This record gives sequence, structure tokens and C-alpha cells, in this order.
Amino acid sequence: MRVNFTVNGRPEAVDGVWEGESLLYVLRERVGLPGSKNACEQGECGSCTVYLDGLPVCACLVAAGQAEGRTVRTVEGLADGDRLDPIQEAFVECGAVQCGFCTPGLIVQAHDLIERVTEPTDAEIREALAGNLCRCTGYEKILDAVRLAAARKAQAQ
Amino acid sequence: MEFLRPTTWSDALAAKAADPDTVPIQGGTDVMVEINFDVRRPVALLDLNQVTELGDWELMPDGRLRVGAGVPYARIISELGDKLPGLAQASRTVGSPQIRNRGTVGGNLGAASPAGDSHPPLLAGDAVVETESAARGTRMIPAAEFYLGVKRSALEPDELIRAFWMAPAPGPQYFSKVGTRNAMVIAVCSFAIALHPEEHRVGTGIGSAAPTPRRAVAAEEFLAAELDWTAAVPLDPALPARFGELAAQAASPIDDVRGTADYRRHAVSVMARRTLVWAWNDYRERVAACA
Repeated sequence: MRVNFTVNGRPEAVDGVWEGESLLYVLRERVGLPGSKNACEQGECGSCTVYLDGLPVCACLVAAGQAEGRTVRTVEGLADGDRLDPIQEAFVECGAVQCGFCTPGLIVQAHDLIERVTEPTDAEIREALAGNLCRCTGYEKILDAVRLAAARKAQAQ
Repeated sequence: MEFLRPTTWSDALAAKAADPDTVPIQGGTDVMVEINFDVRRPVALLDLNQVTELGDWELMPDGRLRVGAGVPYARIISELGDKLPGLAQASRTVGSPQIRNRGTVGGNLGAASPAGDSHPPLLAGDAVVETESAARGTRMIPAAEFYLGVKRSALEPDELIRAFWMAPAPGPQYFSKVGTRNAMVIAVCSFAIALHPEEHRVGTGIGSAAPTPRRAVAAEEFLAAELDWTAAVPLDPALPARFGELAAQAASPIDDVRGTADYRRHAVSVMARRTLVWAWNDYRERVAACA
């Protein structure tokens, strides 16, 4: 089947989509956006987190056809050209990236948090990131990055 | 596989009637897992996302809330947290923020897993499930009659779940769940309590400790007879202890990867005791505030 949707501001018409296919598969294998990662395929790990109509969701659990006519924003759509989004910068600066596999999902999820909550508490950060698994860093540097990005955002406002 | 995208409820019902093997999909948090892991290959998926009225809730003339099957957990929490506190508390324990943005009570009902987090508060709060088929119209099925077996419900093959109905909480409601961590946990077991002070009645729901979610009827009757609703005095410690025992007796758990039957029985008694104390303390504060 054909699926029409908008990804990172660009309209896409994707043909040959299998009806049982996930949005994640379409993004990675058919649209050429491999930023969202495929790990657990059951919503446990958060590596595939993308915005669907402005809400962060696990792309592996959205049927491709459910994206018809809707707007998707992936980790590739956060930076402004060569300029990283502040949450991406903070991840780099804080060393919140080790193997990098969980990073895109964490960045989208953290991006959503600091868009919604100006000065998130540690409890709020932990709750927001509870569905994103990292098996390398132990989360401390990830929390540092979110705190830094949130603080900068609050200061800028 | 076919992918059907009805935009109206009547078209959705017609599609389900035309091929009862069609699998409805709303948030996809259960259905897509089964497809991704190739444990299920439905003839067709019936995407209900375009049937917008499923995402609405309203206060009905009889005073109950009618909550569309497509309202995600995140909105149960943000929009109905004050009206359905037991269900909202359970909703907060579902998966992760990403899952709660997509998963729905309607999907939980459709899957009818004994471990579904929404079932205990639905049972405790006397929820009624509204189902509909093109051929026979609407049925109103009390939650207590909805769950028939492990992942089996009273939903007929040609029916879809339209909504659930539940009164705004007439008294304190609590939910408790045992799991290995706070997030992304399938319940080892769970328990919900709802006080109905005007009727001098208590509702309960046990999750993941029997083939179906179920009420602890003897425990409810025991409390209804023993609680002093008017004086709202502190609980005699024997009361929650006995309530816990009766709740545990209502469970019929199994040993499985998440826990043993013995552990589940014990945990149900502890959760019953705790949730009763929380709820009764709230009730006493309310009575005191009105005095």
C-alpha cells in the first residue's frame, strides 16, 4: 500500500508498504532515516522514539498505515541545518553518549520533556525517560545533559 | 494482509461485521508487538485512529462519564485524573510516557489480559463496557461480566468496543501494583479499591492473580458490613488484616515467570490492606472537613 505522511517537514509518499509494517521500518528502510533505532520492537526500550503529531511515541508500535496524513518528526528533524538542537549539544558536552544506540530515542524524549516543562525536577526527568533504556552509561551523564539543556533553555527565556 | 481505515464508527462496525477476523488497532501497543514478533498475522488490521469520536469523553445525563475507547492513558491521567482517580493511578503505571501516549483502556479491554492495569479500577468502580455490532446494536456489559478467561472477553467477533462508562469517583479510590521496577512493568499482581460512601459499599478489583481480573466479593461484603461510615472512626487493625485475607482468598494465581502463586496471594493481601488504609484515611479527612 501507499502511505502519505510528512516527515521532518517534508511530504513523503511511500509505496510498497506491507500492511503489517511499523512506522519505524518505513522510516529506516524506506525513507532513509536511520536515526530512530530498531532494538526491542515491543515498546520496551524507547530507541525508536519519534514525535507523531507532536507526541513522543515508539515508532515500532505505530502501524505504518496509521501515519497516513500525519506529521512525524524524528531525531534527524531536531537540528537546524548544521546547528544542533540544544538538547543534542548538551548530550555531546556532558558525554551522555557512549555506544550511541539509545541516544536518538533519549534525545527525542528529552526534547519533549524540556519543551513541556521549563525546569524539570530530577524526578520528572527520570519519569520522562523511564521508557528509554541505555545499557552503557548508567544514565548519570544523560541526566546531566537534560539538566544542562533545561537550564540553558530556562535562562534563554 | 489488508489495512482498513474507516473514518466513521458505522464504517468501522461494517468492516468488523464483514470480516470478524479483522483485528482492530488503536494505540498498537499490544497488536504491533504480536505482529513484529510474528506471533499473529491477522487477515486485516482495522485502524480506528480516524474514528475521532473514540477519542472523546463526555459527562452523560445520568451523571456517569462515557469515555471513548480511543482515549489514551496520558489523557485519562491529565483530563480525568480528578474524576477517575483509581483508573488514573493505574494509568500512571502503564508502560512509559511513550506507551501512555498511545495505549488505551479500550485496547486493554480488547486484549483482556489478566495483567492489564486498567481492569482492577474498572471493576472496583463499577465500570460498564459499551460494545456495538452492526447487526445487533449496542450492549452494555458490566466489567465484572466482561472478562471470561485468559485474554478472552464477552466481546463478540463482530463487535467493537465503543467506550466505557463509569461514575466520577463518589469516594476515595486507590490502585497498587507489584512489579520489578516502577516503569515498563507488567503487573506481577495488582489491586484496586473504590469506596462508595453513599451506598456504604466498597468495590475491589484484583489483577494478574487469577485467569481473569476479578472482584474480591467476600472481602467487599465484609467491609460493607463492618465499616462505620457515619462516625468514620480510625480502622481497627483487625479489619484491614481480615480484608487482606479475604482478598487473597479471592485470588487464584499461578506460578509463572513473574512470580509464584504464594507470593501473589501474599502480595494481594498486603495491597488490599494498604489501599484500604489509604482510602479510609482519605475518607475520614473528607468527613472531618465536612463536619
